[in-house]
Amino acid sequence: MLPISAVVWASHGASFARAVTAPEAVAALELSLGTAVVVSLVNAILGTVTAWVLVRDEFAGKPLVNALIDLPFALPTIVAGLTLLALYGPRSPVGIGVAFTRTAIVLALLFVTLPFVVRTVQPVLHELDREAEEAARSLGASEARIVWSIVLPNILPGILSGVALAFARAVGEIGALVLIAGNIPYKTEVASVFVFNHIQSGDQAGAAAVAVVMLAGSFALLLAIGGLRFLATRHERA
Amino acid sequence: MRRLGLRSVALGYLLVVLVGPVTMVFWRAFDGGADHLWHSLSDPNTVHAFELTLIVTAIAVPLNTVFGIACALAVVRGRFPGAGVVNALVDLPLALSPVVVGLSLVLLYGRDGWLGGLFERHGVQILFALPSMVLATIFVSLPFVAREVVPMLREIGTEQEQAAHTLGAAGWATFWRVTLPSIRWAVIYGVVLTTARCLGEYGAVAVVSGHIEGRTETATLRVQDAYENFDVPGAYGISLVLAVMSVLVLVAMTLLRPRGETA
Repeated sequence: MLPISAVVWASHGASFARAVTAPEAVAALELSLGTAVVVSLVNAILGTVTAWVLVRDEFAGKPLVNALIDLPFALPTIVAGLTLLALYGPRSPVGIGVAFTRTAIVLALLFVTLPFVVRTVQPVLHELDREAEEAARSLGASEARIVWSIVLPNILPGILSGVALAFARAVGEIGALVLIAGNIPYKTEVASVFVFNHIQSGDQAGAAAVAVVMLAGSFALLLAIGGLRFLATRHERA
Repeated sequence: MRRLGLRSVALGYLLVVLVGPVTMVFWRAFDGGADHLWHSLSDPNTVHAFELTLIVTAIAVPLNTVFGIACALAVVRGRFPGAGVVNALVDLPLALSPVVVGLSLVLLYGRDGWLGGLFERHGVQILFALPSMVLATIFVSLPFVAREVVPMLREIGTEQEQAAHTLGAAGWATFWRVTLPSIRWAVIYGVVLTTARCLGEYGAVAVVSGHIEGRTETATLRVQDAYENFDVPGAYGISLVLAVMSVLVLVAMTLLRPRGETA
């Protein structure tokens, strides 16, 4: 707790407003927010699809794929950045060179946030009672209708809490980005890299100002996740 | 048909984002041949970086394990106002950027920091030295054990502990003989996650370590250093070792998962 209050303390006073509205700081915060939103949306859709495939589908090698999902948790993020640079950087063997662009940032963030939605949706989907779906089917509901009115409402809290975790991670990520993003101010410098660069150059007030904004965001997200968990377990408590 | 479509979407996505890039590391590390790989890995600064990573991990993991169990017990069994707040605070490092964690330590233990002056007068260097790196690593890997143990404690309930108590077991005896054995798989799973995070931490350590080659450079910092100094094969070599470590972690996670449920 003490370290956290030191950040808030360091950013206090009149310099806070000036530091946080500096064009470079605003650009970095906007970029972080924007990429995190994109990454959250992709995760919400493709993460849910992946979880669905892992629970409801059967194919050879499924246990292996299931184990691979956790790889981004186990792999050091700097290595993750380097791997993406190897495949999508200069000298790309597949001919896709996106290094030092915003696409690269999104790609790196997708890598590190991949497990969150999959791992929060998977257990819910696994526990989901299939009787309701079968009842709906026997009453003539279309597949789309079943997914929309029965499956989705049940897994929605899981999707949302996974997305919230992924969002928090995407906003704060640095390791996977330092090598591949290029960190060009106003273009590919995200908030965490901004904070890092400004600490290195001795501008602690500027770094602390942006850090406080990120800190406030983290607290808000934790509250949101707590609320979601409350909603998700309401059946058990009732 | 729809099933096949979904399957290819999911697997294709995993291939593009996950499997493709990771295979590339194994490929690129051997680009210059095994000799070159061995040469760059036996560089004294690289060896030191790996040693430092292991030292930091060896200090942080046991401390976080004890703290995690204590914290989980306090949150689940404790009846004190603010247990919910503690529960939420434990998760803070998951939602917080590691850079912000690093910054907070710089501000606290730096020369002008609240505690920095105090330690400096006693000749203890915190920042740009091992203590701050350990602190940063502990901070970011704090939640993992507690997060695994809390649901497990809730699930096992208190009946056995109460039985032990009525049979005359003291508090510690109950903990060692009843509580700990029933949560051990959750603890082990949490320790595996903590270890992975400690080995791979970059952001927080990068801020507080000062990046001094051969002194405060961990393996992950060494990867960046090597890459930025155009020692690309060296960077891939170190990454390869780290990737192999994480595959081992992954195997451990997979073996433990059935007991620990999901992450």
